[in-house]
Amino acid sequence: MRKLFLPLAAVAAAMFAYAPVGIAKVPYESTMLLVQKIFYFHFATWMAVTASVLVCGVASAIYLFKGTAAADHYAVASAELTTVFCTFGLVSGSLWGRKAWGVWWQWDARLTMAFMLEMVFLGYLLVRKYGGPGAEKLAAAMGIFGAATAPFIYKSVDWWRTVHPQTTVMKTLGDKFPAAWNLVWFCSAAFLVLFVVLLAARVQLEQLRAELDRAYLAAEE
Amino acid sequence: MFLKVAILVLKKDLAIEARSREILYTTLFFAISCLLIFSVAFVKEGVPAEDAASGILWIALTFSGTLALGRTFERERYGETLRALLMAPASRPAIYVGKLLGMVLLMLATEAVLLPLVSFLFRAPLFARPLLLAALLVLGTVGFASVGTLFAAMLVRTRTRDVLLPILLYPITVPVIIAGVRGTSALVQAPPDEAVATLWIGLLTGFDVVFVTLALWTFEPLMTE
Repeated sequence: MRKLFLPLAAVAAAMFAYAPVGIAKVPYESTMLLVQKIFYFHFATWMAVTASVLVCGVASAIYLFKGTAAADHYAVASAELTTVFCTFGLVSGSLWGRKAWGVWWQWDARLTMAFMLEMVFLGYLLVRKYGGPGAEKLAAAMGIFGAATAPFIYKSVDWWRTVHPQTTVMKTLGDKFPAAWNLVWFCSAAFLVLFVVLLAARVQLEQLRAELDRAYLAAEE
Repeated sequence: MFLKVAILVLKKDLAIEARSREILYTTLFFAISCLLIFSVAFVKEGVPAEDAASGILWIALTFSGTLALGRTFERERYGETLRALLMAPASRPAIYVGKLLGMVLLMLATEAVLLPLVSFLFRAPLFARPLLLAALLVLGTVGFASVGTLFAAMLVRTRTRDVLLPILLYPITVPVIIAGVRGTSALVQAPPDEAVATLWIGLLTGFDVVFVTLALWTFEPLMTE
């Protein structure tokens, strides 16, 4: 992970440098025009959230059952990143919603569930901070349950009639506007690389913190 | 064997509760005080807001349920009996199931009193489709209590358990509460929309399966020191 950090950071920087150019070049969507362009980053953010929630859920399960310290570092790092990307996704969605639906916020299924996800992972961080000794395990349970609700969030728009576009929107986009479709996945890849870079940095920080804790304990003895 | 242990734990909890009735009475009292508070927000000029009853019912339930969850495990901690329970040569998931059943029964007892009261005070025809409503309530209670029992059990050892329980429990159980409220409002409206209520019952079943499976799976490692 440490060796890959610099190359991946360079790749992320290059991708994010190109992304605005690509977004500017791609033709306007017929009904929403300029406003629709926020979609490229909005969708990509939620792809990063998905990856982050997945990593947190798997790492939490490994930590809970095997007790591997490294898994716990990945879990806390990805939980923090989930809240960061989730906040960005909610904000970008809110900005888009203001133009597309005329309101900043709509209590619709997808939005409510996304808000819930943000609260779950903020709860995760609160437990870790204020749970006292053994809080890592409690947080791991939170991570597993949070990850288990993610599929429900994804499918929520198909089950409940809402204003948010359904999951089939990506298929129609692929059929009708291949340029936009490619760009969406390019941006998603950029966000995923950024996620990996940030995760690597945060995991390393967590390892150092754990090492420092051990050193303090050893010095006291 | 599994079922036997679960029923033994349930019997033990019910016997303690039958003697003191502490949790049942306090939970019930709290649920009814919630109704009083909601009347401030949802009644205008003596007339309750349309469609408020289902939300009031479910929020009173979740709030009072949280109180009960905290108390059942506080009692175990106070009597130093949780460790004894965990040291018993019984499978941990069976202990969890016993605790969960006790919790569900307690919440259903609260619902039995709360339901007619909400129907009476907020003029809601809650008993128009009794079977569908019962299904919603039972499935919703199981979903809420399954996560709640697990979290309350694992929080017993932390100092800040009173604060952390609602913090952890509410975000995770939001889907269950949404399904309960939407399903109940579909039944309360005139005419009752059975198709929508059935859809929510299906979703609740899905949540219950996921939550109970996860809880059974994680209870053992979570309760090991």
